[in-house]
Amino acid sequence: MRHTISVIVENKPGVLSRVSGLFARRGFNIESLAVGVTEDPNISRMTIVAEGDERDLEQITKQLYKLIDTIKVFDLPKEIAVERELALIKVAANEKNRAEITQIVDIFRARIIDVAEDSMTIEMTGEEGKVEGIEKLLRKFGIKEMVRTGKIALQRGGAE
Amino acid sequence: MELTGAQALLECLHKEGVEIIFGYPGGVVLPLYDAMYVDKRIKHILVRHEQGAAHAADGYARATGKVGVCLATSGPGATNLTTGIANAHMDSIPMIAITGQVATPLLGRDSFQEADITGITLPISKHSFLVKRTEDLPRMVKEAFYIARSGRPGPVVIDIPKDVFTGKIKFSYPEKVDIPSYKPNLMGHPKQIALAAKAIAAARKPVMYVGGGAISANAAAEVKQLAEKCNIPVTMTLMGLGAFPGTHELSLGMLGMHGAAYANYAVTDSDLLIAVGARFDDRVTGHIAKFAPNAKIIHIDVDPAEIGKNVRADIPIVGDVKNVLKALIEKVGPKEKHADWVAQINEWKKKYPLSYKKEGLKPQFVIEQFYELTKDKEVIIVTEVGQNQMWSTQFYKYDQPRSWISSGGLGTMGFGLPAANGAQFGRPDAIVADFAGDGSIQMNIQELTTAVNNKLPIKIYVLDNCFLGMVRQWQELIYERHYSHTNLCNNPDLVKIAEAYGAAAKRVEKVEDVKAALEWSLTITDRPVLIDFMVAKEENVFPFVPPGQPINEMLLD
Repeated sequence: MRHTISVIVENKPGVLSRVSGLFARRGFNIESLAVGVTEDPNISRMTIVAEGDERDLEQITKQLYKLIDTIKVFDLPKEIAVERELALIKVAANEKNRAEITQIVDIFRARIIDVAEDSMTIEMTGEEGKVEGIEKLLRKFGIKEMVRTGKIALQRGGAE
Repeated sequence: MELTGAQALLECLHKEGVEIIFGYPGGVVLPLYDAMYVDKRIKHILVRHEQGAAHAADGYARATGKVGVCLATSGPGATNLTTGIANAHMDSIPMIAITGQVATPLLGRDSFQEADITGITLPISKHSFLVKRTEDLPRMVKEAFYIARSGRPGPVVIDIPKDVFTGKIKFSYPEKVDIPSYKPNLMGHPKQIALAAKAIAAARKPVMYVGGGAISANAAAEVKQLAEKCNIPVTMTLMGLGAFPGTHELSLGMLGMHGAAYANYAVTDSDLLIAVGARFDDRVTGHIAKFAPNAKIIHIDVDPAEIGKNVRADIPIVGDVKNVLKALIEKVGPKEKHADWVAQINEWKKKYPLSYKKEGLKPQFVIEQFYELTKDKEVIIVTEVGQNQMWSTQFYKYDQPRSWISSGGLGTMGFGLPAANGAQFGRPDAIVADFAGDGSIQMNIQELTTAVNNKLPIKIYVLDNCFLGMVRQWQELIYERHYSHTNLCNNPDLVKIAEAYGAAAKRVEKVEDVKAALEWSLTITDRPVLIDFMVAKEENVFPFVPPGQPINEMLLD
């Protein structure tokens, strides 16, 4: 089962390698990982998507807590979380298909952020499924480059 | 007062109560060694290899309960510490490893003797600090000591670049530590303790299974109180030996792969297993699904991550072992005495005692003899790793905590001699004996110099079978006697080696000479002594639970 785990840590050098090293060492694959500072500049928040059963989750949570720099760890099940991911997709484009691409972008409520003679770069924000959806539709035009941030998530207001 | 980083570090160590550090100089730690040339409040012991420094600090910590401190230069000095750091980490020993580092402007440039030691030690230390500014040094040292000794203890690395040693600061040492993200939970939850008390009252076949956590929490008195109050038999892990008196009628000795048969039978048959500061290691449990199959499990540990890691606990209690046991003792009544159960165990004890065939010079006999000679004295037994270690668990009885020092989790050959040095520094009045094998003793033999130079009267008893005995035993029993690279018949003359280092030494080849030789070794008080006991070559350690088998299915001889 896939889990979205939020790890609140001290914003100190080396913390990322402590956390990612722990996942590797204990045999958990990280599917995606996003890190950034929080409202408090001394504290960072990592959102990690990883595969494992309940027992794995319990063990990795406890091991994460053992790291001296870890402040809080929690699982964010889909039902109580708002999740987003950002992708930038550079798709091959020409005069003939530009209109069709623009239409797809509109339907997905994505944005075109760069246009060149032979390409368009699209910014897509949304849940994972949506990002994958637009990628699938754009593939036939030829995706030149793509980058995804990995999922970030927050607990819904009122769900605390 | 204005101090250099080097002077400040010594001041910090002094404030932490450090009396002794084990180290080896080198380029980037020169400023620190220069400061030590002037400030002699802390005794520095010059070892002959950094691994020896780490194991000595570890042995010192185990013998005294204080934090052990070792020191090395950058690069190879630091990497030589790593086995010792990993060893302390696996056994939860409080230790501070101070390493020099190349100056901050040279960091990350593959400079001469640069190694990323905080990176290298990430998975084998409790925590680490790379000090980049001299003004951070006092706070980081304070935090490092706090982290090393609190909660579940462990080694902490402090990596200090050369220019941090030479930088100047206005020194003040923080009085308190505040690490918001690190707050060990020390008091057990009262509800869980009440549940445990209820389970103990309902149990008909309870066993206490006591590990190193009981030693590090200084909880031997509480272990004994609980066992005696409720008449519960006690078995110990390798790390737990001494947490309950080995001569006590309720003692089952060690359990597991080379545990006593009666200990393994008792655990397998128990209906309540009370794990006290133990972690259900594979050498203890054997086939894990068949470990204590009928028992409800109470698991007391200060580290929440141990709960449910290897087995599912029915009643987990997270907290300091001493605190939890104290609270538990209050709650349990002496109503149930489990007389039938204790009688059953005594029958197993009679039927399956630890034994060996007494013919020729047997290694077990040497240990037994030493026990007879020293059982009323203050003794610390240290071991290397392998057969020597297992026989030492079986044929010496440990009545006191911190009278037994051995590399449990990592199983580090070469640990014993330097650890014995550390233990003797920490407890100068104790008889410190290292039971060694002819393989292990050669792994840190250079530390004999450290012992000789400091007039440490440690005893080194080599149970010399001209083999890597434990590996040979597995080859005999599991690999069809293919003695692949375990024959050490080309050993050097260990007696001559010891004498060359300045130690007293002797070889014993006949069983009738054992006692006199041991007595002779006890009369030597101004230098180390080594006795090379030429023991039976192909003696095996029994009982033996083949790997992956349930612990009640053992080879008894």
